[in-house]
Amino acid sequence: MRDVAVIGIGCTTFGEKWGTSFRDLFLEAGALALEDANLSGEGIDALYVGNMSAGRFVEQEHIGALIADYSGMASRHIPSTRVESACCSGGLAFRQAVIAVASGLEDVVVAAGVEKMTDVETSTSVDALAAAADREWEGFVGATFPGLYAMIANDYMHRYPLTREQLAQVAVKNHYNGARNPIAQFRSEITIDTVLRSSLVADPLRLFDCSPITDGAAAVILAPLERAREFTDAPVRVLATAQASDTIALHDRRDISTLDATVVAGRRALEMARLTPSEIDLVEVHDCFTIAEICAIEDLGFCRKGEGGRLTEEGETALGGRIPVNTSGGLKACGHPVGATGIKQVCEVVQQLRGDAGRRQVEGAEIGMTHNVGGTGASVAVHILGRA
Amino acid sequence: MSVPRFWRKIRQRYNLEGTRCTSCGRTFYPPRSFCPDCRRAGETVPFRFRGRGEIVTFTVIRTASDAFAQQTPFVLAIIQLEEGPRVTGQVVLEDVSEARIGMRVRPVFRRIGTEGESGVIYYGTKYVPDVPYPDA
Ligand SMILES: [Zn+2]
Repeated sequence: MRDVAVIGIGCTTFGEKWGTSFRDLFLEAGALALEDANLSGEGIDALYVGNMSAGRFVEQEHIGALIADYSGMASRHIPSTRVESACCSGGLAFRQAVIAVASGLEDVVVAAGVEKMTDVETSTSVDALAAAADREWEGFVGATFPGLYAMIANDYMHRYPLTREQLAQVAVKNHYNGARNPIAQFRSEITIDTVLRSSLVADPLRLFDCSPITDGAAAVILAPLERAREFTDAPVRVLATAQASDTIALHDRRDISTLDATVVAGRRALEMARLTPSEIDLVEVHDCFTIAEICAIEDLGFCRKGEGGRLTEEGETALGGRIPVNTSGGLKACGHPVGATGIKQVCEVVQQLRGDAGRRQVEGAEIGMTHNVGGTGASVAVHILGRA
Repeated sequence: MSVPRFWRKIRQRYNLEGTRCTSCGRTFYPPRSFCPDCRRAGETVPFRFRGRGEIVTFTVIRTASDAFAQQTPFVLAIIQLEEGPRVTGQVVLEDVSEARIGMRVRPVFRRIGTEGESGVIYYGTKYVPDVPYPDA
């Protein structure tokens, strides 16, 4: 297997982008990534795009072909593949691209993610997202996505010490980081009171515990490490790629408050990179809800089970803390265009490792991790990146 | 959910009919035709659940999709059945604040939701407290 490097990144701003179409979103992110890698479309050998539900959100399938076409690559007939695993689609598109380059089959490859969620009414998008869980045995009886994560939160709070304020602190921290990220959907700081006074969505989760509905796209370009310096002075090496699965329904899990797929993917990634959690300088985790960040930092091994709330309250996951978590603002504040999220996480880590993260820079960051979850934990992708 | 898709599993939904692996004895609800433990060595046969159990975790859904919007707020729970598996279902309570982890429940046949402009009504299993309440 060859070593693989990220040689270019591009990300649209995230938000409710009424004036921007699905195609425009992708093109903008792709163009930014090509420019960053000093490439024209000519040099691209293949394309992988993460997208959860364009069929529901914009009534368009066949996304791989559409994107190759509008990127001007249809005339060169390059392979273009859509990758879907709900909110983990971006993470898996990245992994497929890494595997393609590592195998030697393809050289310069785009991994992208895109989701246009705001063209439909909120109830339609809520229902489309519920398709990431078990439609027949969860959705059919009334389960929503916030409802399922609320049941994780309730189970967790019944078994481990976690206060409502500590949970709110996850959102407060992520908004603080988002306020320092030019692409973030929410760029204002909030307080614990903001969270506790927001309306209940599914007890105990309130509106400010939930990530928003977002339009956005992100793209990265990969190449063999040995060729990376042809394109950039600051290549970032892919140290590990890992993926794990679990039962589609939350009720069938071994443990409701532990995402076993996160535990396994995290362990596989650390083994592949020959690292321990204490050697990771920053991590982008899948905080679709505040409770998800608490579970993630524990399940990835940054603290023991039950300690995530205290770690957060003590500022250890904030900028300047022991392990900064979600410097981008996370899904909560940066926004969560589901198919794009996994790629945006890679963009954030690359920016940090290059030292280009501005007011949210983690000083001296050399190794970063990304953690992308599909559904309530049925798919997980974990990647580790390092300065090359 | 489309009408054929609902009717295909109507016996399982109305009667809490799952499956049981004849090789290891593990029971499945929702039904599985393939035992994940025994894989090809196992064979599954229908198994009717009584459906009594207790709440493992729950939430009160305040914002629902269109099909359930008229029912909010309602209690959604994961229930540990006495007969092995866990299921997701609604718990019918006079006051949603009465829901508790550990509460004993039993199944009842109820309207689940209404869907689409045709107003198709779906029935299935919900749960009610199996008195006495644990903290009464
Ligand atoms: Zn078996």
